[in-house]
Amino acid sequence: MAVKTAKPVRKKAIETRSISLTINGRVYEMEVGSKPDQVEPSHTLAHTLRETLGLIGTKVSCDHGACGCCTVLMDGKAVLSCMTLTVECDGKNVITIEGLADPKSGKLDPIQQAFIDETAFQCGYCTPGIIMSAKALLMENPSPTEDEVKEGLSGNFCRCISHYQVVKAVMAASTQER
Amino acid sequence: MKEDYRYIGKVSPRRDARDIVTGKTTFLTDRKMLDMLYGKVLRSPHAHAIIKKVDKSKALALKGVKAVVTWEDVPDWRGGTPRYTRIMDRKVRWVGDAVALVAATSEQIAEEALSLIDVEYEVLPAVLDMEEALKSGAPQLYDEFPGNVVTPGVPFFGPKNLEEVVMGDVKKGFAEADVITEGTFGYEGFPNPIPPESPGAIAMWEEPNKVHLLVSNQSPYMDKILLWHIMGRKVDVRTCGGPVGGSYGSKQMSWVTQCHAALLSKATGKPVKLCMTKEEHLAAFVTRPPSRMKAKVGMKKDGTVTAVQGKWLIDTGYYSMTTQSQIAVGCGEVQIAVQCPNWDLRPTIVCTNRSASGIVRGFGGQELKCCLLPLISLAMEKLNLDPFEVLKKNFVKPGQGYIWRDGIWYTYRGADYSKAMNEGARVFNWKAKWKGWLKPSAVNGPKRRGIGVGAHGNADIGEDASEAHVRLFRDGTAMLFSCLSEHGTGQTTNFLKMVAETLKLPLERISLSAPDSAINPYEFGPAGSRGTYTIGSAAIRAAEDARKKLLELAAPKLNADPADLEQVDGLIFSKSNPEKKIPWLAAMGPDRTITGYGRFEPDYSFTNFMMCFVEVEVDTETGKVSLIRVLNATDVGKIIDPQGLEGQLNASLGSAGIDTAIFEETILDRSTGRILNSNMIDYKWRTFSELPIMDRVTLETPVDTHRFHAFGVGEIAPSPGPSAVLMAVSNAIGTWIHEYPITPDKVLKALGKIGDAHKGGSK
Repeated sequence: MAVKTAKPVRKKAIETRSISLTINGRVYEMEVGSKPDQVEPSHTLAHTLRETLGLIGTKVSCDHGACGCCTVLMDGKAVLSCMTLTVECDGKNVITIEGLADPKSGKLDPIQQAFIDETAFQCGYCTPGIIMSAKALLMENPSPTEDEVKEGLSGNFCRCISHYQVVKAVMAASTQER
Repeated sequence: MKEDYRYIGKVSPRRDARDIVTGKTTFLTDRKMLDMLYGKVLRSPHAHAIIKKVDKSKALALKGVKAVVTWEDVPDWRGGTPRYTRIMDRKVRWVGDAVALVAATSEQIAEEALSLIDVEYEVLPAVLDMEEALKSGAPQLYDEFPGNVVTPGVPFFGPKNLEEVVMGDVKKGFAEADVITEGTFGYEGFPNPIPPESPGAIAMWEEPNKVHLLVSNQSPYMDKILLWHIMGRKVDVRTCGGPVGGSYGSKQMSWVTQCHAALLSKATGKPVKLCMTKEEHLAAFVTRPPSRMKAKVGMKKDGTVTAVQGKWLIDTGYYSMTTQSQIAVGCGEVQIAVQCPNWDLRPTIVCTNRSASGIVRGFGGQELKCCLLPLISLAMEKLNLDPFEVLKKNFVKPGQGYIWRDGIWYTYRGADYSKAMNEGARVFNWKAKWKGWLKPSAVNGPKRRGIGVGAHGNADIGEDASEAHVRLFRDGTAMLFSCLSEHGTGQTTNFLKMVAETLKLPLERISLSAPDSAINPYEFGPAGSRGTYTIGSAAIRAAEDARKKLLELAAPKLNADPADLEQVDGLIFSKSNPEKKIPWLAAMGPDRTITGYGRFEPDYSFTNFMMCFVEVEVDTETGKVSLIRVLNATDVGKIIDPQGLEGQLNASLGSAGIDTAIFEETILDRSTGRILNSNMIDYKWRTFSELPIMDRVTLETPVDTHRFHAFGVGEIAPSPGPSAVLMAVSNAIGTWIHEYPITPDKVLKALGKIGDAHKGGSK
C-alpha cells in the first residue's frame, strides 16, 4: 500500500455536458467539469453525494465496494455508491438515508423506527448503508424470512456486531409493512 | 432487594438513535471547516531505511499544494513509552512510515502531490520476527533500545507498576504437580479491529503554540494530555470529540495522525483534515500485538494449577505506546482467570520493522490467554478433566486476589461467578455435549462437531480517575459535564439515565455537554469496561452533590431542615409535610445555576467476568471451520440498558475477537515487510449470512460498586472466544491444533490430508 500512484487529476472534462439526477425527490442538474461544484468523470456517486451536495448521511468506509456502508437506492435497487460513477447516473432516481423519512411530517420509515426500537446499531457508522440495503430488500420482498434478510444484508459490514438486532429490526419492520 | 428504578435496567432509546437512523450523525469524516485543507502522507516503501534526500520541488509546484513537510521541517515531538519515537525521522522503520506530509486544497491534489515527491533511500536490513530481532547482530531499530528490547514499565501506573508475574516458588509448585505440560504457543496474526470509520483528525493550529483538534475516539480528553507530552509540553492542546465510527480501543492511539494533521496546520495556517484511507487503516495503523510464549504449567489431579512459568514475547512493531500497559493488565488478568500460588511469567517487548501494535479490545489479557489456555488444556487432557470445571475452579473467588497493574495485591470483593458459569453450562447443555478431550460432540459423515470453553475477567472496571460536573438549571433541567464521545456502547445515554435516576428527573430533561477538553473536567474515557463503574460513579456523585446544594438552598425558603427535603420532577418538598413544596425556580431564583462535582478514585478490588462456550463444525473434506453456536455467560451486577448490553455481548464476534481463531489475520510478507491483505476483500470478516446462533446468560448479583450496583463488561466480550474455538476444533477433529487462525489448510494439515507446504507469505 505504501507507495501508491495517485490517480491523475483531470485537467479538463472530456466533453462539456450536464447530467440530471433525482435525489430524494429533488432534481439536480450538474455540469460535468473540474470546478468544485461540477462533477468530474472520475467522481463516484458517494463522492458527489457527500462532497459536492453535502449529503453526508451516506457513509464511505472501504471505498472499494466491499463493505456496503455507502449503499443507496437507485431506481429502487441497492447500489454501492462508491463503485458507481456519477456521470453514469444521468436520469436516475436516487434515494439516500436522508430521503427515507417522510419529508413533510418527519415520520420515520418503519425500518428506521424498528432500528430505534431494537437499538439495532452500536457505533452507527454502517447503519445508513444497512438501512438502505434493508429498504431495497423489503421493497422487493415485503415478507422475507430471517435467512432472506441475512442474505439480503450479506454485503454490509458491521464490526460492532449489531447483526442480530438488525435482523430483529428488519423482521419487525417487515411485519409492520405487511 | 428489588429496587424500583425509573430508568435503570429499562429499555430506553439511545439519545442519538434518531440521528443515527436518519443519517444526521456527524462523524469526524463528515466534518468540514472553512478554508480547510486536506492532508496526505507519503509512506516508506522500505521496512528499514535512511532517507538520503527528499526533493519536494515538483510537489510544491503543483497548483493547490500548500505545504510539503518532511523530517527536516518538524519540531522534536516524540511519542512512545519511553518517548523515543520521533513524529518524523531521518530513519524509516517500517513499510508505511511517514516520509512526507502534504496539505492541499483537495484530497485528489494532495494524493497527486505524493507521486511528485522524489525520495532517495539507503536501504537497511530489516527484522520482522521477534525472536530474530533478539538475536545478536540483528538490525537495530533504535539506539535507545539495544537488542531491540523495549524498556519495560508504565510510570503512569505507579512506582511498582507490574512488569511480570513473579510470586511463590515455581520449583515447589512443579514438585507438587501431578502433570507438567510445556510448549511454545502463539497468537500472532496481529488482526485489525477495523472500526468502519478510519482513523483521522482535523487540526487547527494557532501561532505561536496552540492547537485545537477534532478527534475521533472514546477518550477525547486523554488526547489533550497525551499530545501535550508528545509535543514537548510546550503546546496548549484542546481536543474535541464527537460521534466515533467504531474504535474497539484502537483509535484511542491516533496520536501519529493527530500530530501529522497538527504539523500540516502549523505549516499552512489553515485547518487540515487528515483521514486514513481504509488501505492505510489496514496497513499503517495499530493492530493487536502478536504474542508468543514458551511456557510450562503444573497441575494437580483435581485441576489445581500449581505453577506457571514462561517467557512471553510481545512484538510491538516499530514502537510501543501502550504495549507495557497491555502487559501489566494482561499479567493481572491472567491471575484472575488462573488462580495459582506460584508464578514466574516474564514478558519481553520486542520492536520489529512492522506497523505498530496498539490498543485493541482484550488489552493484553486476550493475547496472553490465547497463548496460555491451550497449554493448560494439554494438562487437563492428560488428567482427563472437564475444562469447564477446571476454569470454574481456577477463576478468582471472593477473598482470593491478584496483583494488579500497579504492582499491588487486591483482595477480590465481587460476586462468586460460579453461579453464572453453571447457568451458562446448563443453557449450553455442556455436560451432555462434553464427550472428553479430542472427542467430537457429534459426527455427521465428513462433518464433525466439537465444543470448547474459555473464561476471562478484567479488574479494569474500576481503573483510572473520572471527574464530572452536573449543573442544575432553574427550569428544572440538568446537564452532565463529562468529556464523552459516543463510540457505540450507548454509554453516553446510560450516564444520562444514572443522572436522571439520581435527580429523579425525566430523562429528557438531562443533557450532555459537548465533548470538549476546554469545558469538561478530567476524564480517562470509557476504555476497557471502566465506564459503568468509574464514569458512572463520577456522574452519580456530581448529581448527588448538586442535589444536596439545591436542597440546602431551598431549606430556608421552605423553613425546613435540608434532611427533611426531597425533590422529584423539579419540585422540592418536605418529606414530613408534602404540602410544603416549591419548584427549583423558586429555590434558585432568577440568576443562579448549581454545579455539583463528582470524582471517582481507582478501585481494583472488582473484576468482571465472561465465559464463552462455543460449538464448531469442521468439514474434514474441505477443512472449513464453521461456528455453529456461541453462548456468553456473565454477571453484570445490575443491567443499565438491556439492548446495549446485548450488543456488547454479541460483539464477541467482532473487533478481532472469536474470528481471530477461524479466519481473521493480517498477513505480512516477511521478506519485504509489506502487509498483503490491506483491503476489506482480502482481510476476512464475518457477514450476515454466516451468523452462528448467539445466546447469552446474564445474571445480576448486586455488588458494592455504586448506587446502582452495576459494573461494565463490554470490553472483554471477544476475549475468551479464540482459545475456546481452538479447543472446540481440536475436539472435533480428534487432534490438537494450536495455530490461530484455523484456516482450512491448517485443518487439512492436522488431519494429514495435505503436506507441510505452507501457504505463501505467512511465515
